Amino acid sequence: MRIGVTVFPGSNCDRDALYAVERAGATPVELWHADADLKGVDAVVVPGGFSYGDYLRPGAIARFAKVMGPLEDFARSGGPVLGVCNGFQVLLEAHLLPGALLRNASMRFVSRRVRARVEANDTPWTSLYERGEELTLPVAHNEGSYFADERTLRGLEEEGRVVLRYVENPNGSVNDIAGICDEGRSVVGLMPHPERVSDPALGSEAGLKVFESVLRFAGAKV
Amino acid sequence: MKVRVLVRPKSGILDPQGEAVRRALPALGFSGVKTVHIGRLVEMEVESADKVEGMCRRLLANPTVEEYEWEVIS
Repeated sequence: MRIGVTVFPGSNCDRDALYAVERAGATPVELWHADADLKGVDAVVVPGGFSYGDYLRPGAIARFAKVMGPLEDFARSGGPVLGVCNGFQVLLEAHLLPGALLRNASMRFVSRRVRARVEANDTPWTSLYERGEELTLPVAHNEGSYFADERTLRGLEEEGRVVLRYVENPNGSVNDIAGICDEGRSVVGLMPHPERVSDPALGSEAGLKVFESVLRFAGAKV
Repeated sequence: MKVRVLVRPKSGILDPQGEAVRRALPALGFSGVKTVHIGRLVEMEVESADKVEGMCRRLLANPTVEEYEWEVIS
């Protein structure tokens, strides 16, 4: 199985994501922002960082990069796409996921480990976790406060589309939301960084199953 | 022509930046400030104003959480 990782100017978690993909047993494929196709990958990770310097709004410029055209087609046809941190912001700006990420309520950049609970394991990216399982995951962001209007929020809750919820909310996110999925459940956005806890050498491999899950989803051997 | 676009958080949207400034002003002796909302000012020189609305909607503002207005200033 081949998993692509997009690279924009200013991405800084792309190497970590490629490493996590490889460690999970898949073939990592770098997707440059100016690429016109997805090189035949089976899933895509949009990694964290500060794409285009976070100018205007995080993700606002990256959303119009060339690679986003085929990525949007892939996502809309049910292809598994994971956005982490800045990648989550990009997917929101691209309207592949609903809502927005606002400045942290504290006005401070938050970089620490937080506890979060897996609320949905019926997505390609979380299928190997138990529902209700608590994970300790790193967050590192300035705009991580999830917001959606009431109607959208009610829809997300009723359809079980909140994938990950903070046990301790680090940023003022509404309903303690740390991650959501789209209607088709294959596009997932997470504020915490699973790739940063994908090897015991990093202190934990609590996030590795995110990448192993998508392998299982694709029917490949883990 | 020159166009000026104002982008600001929709009312009811958490504006921690404005709130932080509101709380900082009294510390400098400026009392009586009830609310502060912080937005973004975009000034552009364009050949025509026809496409400004689309620019606002698609890129300059995020309509999910921001509202915008624009005017031709010269």
